[in-house]
Amino acid sequence: MEVVVLLKQVPDTETAIQIGEDKTTVKTEDVKWVINPYDEFAVEEALRIRENQGGGRVTILTAGPERAVEAIRTALAMGADEGVLINDPALEGADGLGTAKVLATALKDIPYDIIIAGQRAVDDDGYLVPAAVAEFLDIPQVSMVFKQEISDGNIRCERTVEGGTVVIEAELPALFTTQRGLNEPRYASLPGIMKAKKKPLGKKTLADIGLDSSEVGPAAARCRVRTLSFPPERAPGRIIEGETVEEVAGELVRLLREEAKVI
Amino acid sequence: MAEGVLVLAEQVDGGLRKIAYEVVSEGSRLADVLGEPLTAVVLGSGVEGIAAELAKHGAEKILAGDDPALADYTTDIYTNVLCDIVKDKDPKILLLGASTQGKDLSARLAARLDAGLAMDCIALKVDGETLIATRPIFGGKVLAEVAIEGTPQMASIRPNVMEIIDAKKTADVESIPVNPGVGKTRVLEKKVEAAAQVDLTEADIVVSGGRGMAGPDFSVLEKLARLLGGAVGASRSAVDEGWRPHSDQVGQTGKVVSPNLYIACGISGAIQHLAGMGSSKYVVAINKDAEAPIFKKADFGIVDDLFKVVPAITAEVEKLKG
Ligand SMILES: Cc1cc2nc3c(=O)[nH]c(=O)nc-3n(C[C@H](O)[C@H](O)[C@H](O)COP(=O)(O)OP(=O)(O)OC[C@H]3O[C@@H](n4cnc5c(N)ncnc54)[C@H](O)[C@@H]3O)c2cc1C
Repeated sequence: MEVVVLLKQVPDTETAIQIGEDKTTVKTEDVKWVINPYDEFAVEEALRIRENQGGGRVTILTAGPERAVEAIRTALAMGADEGVLINDPALEGADGLGTAKVLATALKDIPYDIIIAGQRAVDDDGYLVPAAVAEFLDIPQVSMVFKQEISDGNIRCERTVEGGTVVIEAELPALFTTQRGLNEPRYASLPGIMKAKKKPLGKKTLADIGLDSSEVGPAAARCRVRTLSFPPERAPGRIIEGETVEEVAGELVRLLREEAKVI
Repeated sequence: MAEGVLVLAEQVDGGLRKIAYEVVSEGSRLADVLGEPLTAVVLGSGVEGIAAELAKHGAEKILAGDDPALADYTTDIYTNVLCDIVKDKDPKILLLGASTQGKDLSARLAARLDAGLAMDCIALKVDGETLIATRPIFGGKVLAEVAIEGTPQMASIRPNVMEIIDAKKTADVESIPVNPGVGKTRVLEKKVEAAAQVDLTEADIVVSGGRGMAGPDFSVLEKLARLLGGAVGASRSAVDEGWRPHSDQVGQTGKVVSPNLYIACGISGAIQHLAGMGSSKYVVAINKDAEAPIFKKADFGIVDDLFKVVPAITAEVEKLKG
């Protein structure tokens, strides 16, 4: 079974984000970079599929800057077989559709039965790239999967929907995105880290995959950031005090009803 | 020439969802600014009856795509059908809800139409011919204002954020032909969570518990949530302990909720948790530790044992409701 994981490197979720001078990008110095948390589930699931299906390859595919190599190496240390990084300065400022076109084009040279991606990247919170990749490849997609099973060329996925779950079946090749609950990602072991150094990690430019920046770069973007700002700070809250818990609760309920008007 | 605003009003099992009213209301507001018509689309099986409701929130034209093939949502068939409608009607702006279904559908559709899409928006405006969307990124740490270009200009809107308006218009429901095309995925089974009376992402009130719950018994929270017509959420710690299902997790790697009232019980207020509830209108924190960071993000705080405070609040609300 050939499994491809679409992986993105993002700032650690603890990172305090700083807005750049241009007001349209964030500062990248002093940022600790990690694998997008949802993509960790994707790597883990890919490894399990390889194990359960008695072989195959797990390829990590990333579009991003040079530093994203670290994220790919971490995935290789977890046990993936091979990495591909599409790195081209012309991609800076690409939007979700542009990135998806790059990934889908790169996938023309990578065999796949299953593609796994995070349901969203926790930096741009875009939710767009996986579905767009599936569309460009003309394969089915299932979003927010927390359980899957593969047999006889089909994948059966359980996914979250409002107020419940559904079981969905699709023929392979297919793409699915991850949800919490799918698995517990393993850590990279020390031998894994040693081995990862020798695993193939190919780097390609847009020209290498036959794309022109005018098709996928900022010039082609349909979504353009005008400004970034910080959300308004919440005014300091009020600690409600009183003699008894009944008194405190009574005051809270009064405030919620009369001031906030939410109950 | 592209003209007007088209919205998809989401329904489930033959009933319009709350997000449907929000999307229509926001679409109506934008259509008024443009001075162009608003068309609402409802897709499903046996939905013609419910579609008329949308006129009350501003829809001037209502299209119902009624077909047994649309009974269950599947990405491919809904994309096929909505794509046909968009090509036929050629709207300037296309809005959907950023529900789990809406995110899935709008992403696939944007790729098929090669259209710009801003996902999970909390504010929209038009500037000349351009739709400008505000959307939280980095788990709500930053707000991005994005310009959407091309045709149509697409946005999905975060549930519970846009105001539902009363427009008192009337409109006929036009039944439109549907060509489902080939479905690449099949729904085999649907399971409705018995506990989920109100969906977390749609609830007006969310009562969440964290590690402070000290065990799987969330009945004190459930009782208050039920009384307020709200839903129960959880921090990742509570989920990791196995006290609550993963689908209850609120946060950067869980659900994003934006209720009118969020009551955090025994939750410290880690940055990843705040990412999921930061856009709540009012936040109440109940925590034993006066130093817990959640108090910095709460409008009202109570420093005490949640097992004493929550039942007392419940009793007060009961008194109120008589
Ligand atoms: C990549 C990543 C993603 C993450 N994503 C999420 C996410 O999506 N959602 C999320 O919630 N977290 C997430 N986390 C975890 C987050 O960092 C915190 O660990 C978590 O939110 C803490 O949960 P908690 O507040 O319930 O527990 P704690 O931090 O342990 O806090 C428990 C609180 O309960 C209080 N307490 C205890 N007993 C009582 C009582 N009887 N009455 C009143 N108060 C009491 C304590 O004073 C304490 O403040 C993520 C972490 C990482 C690294």
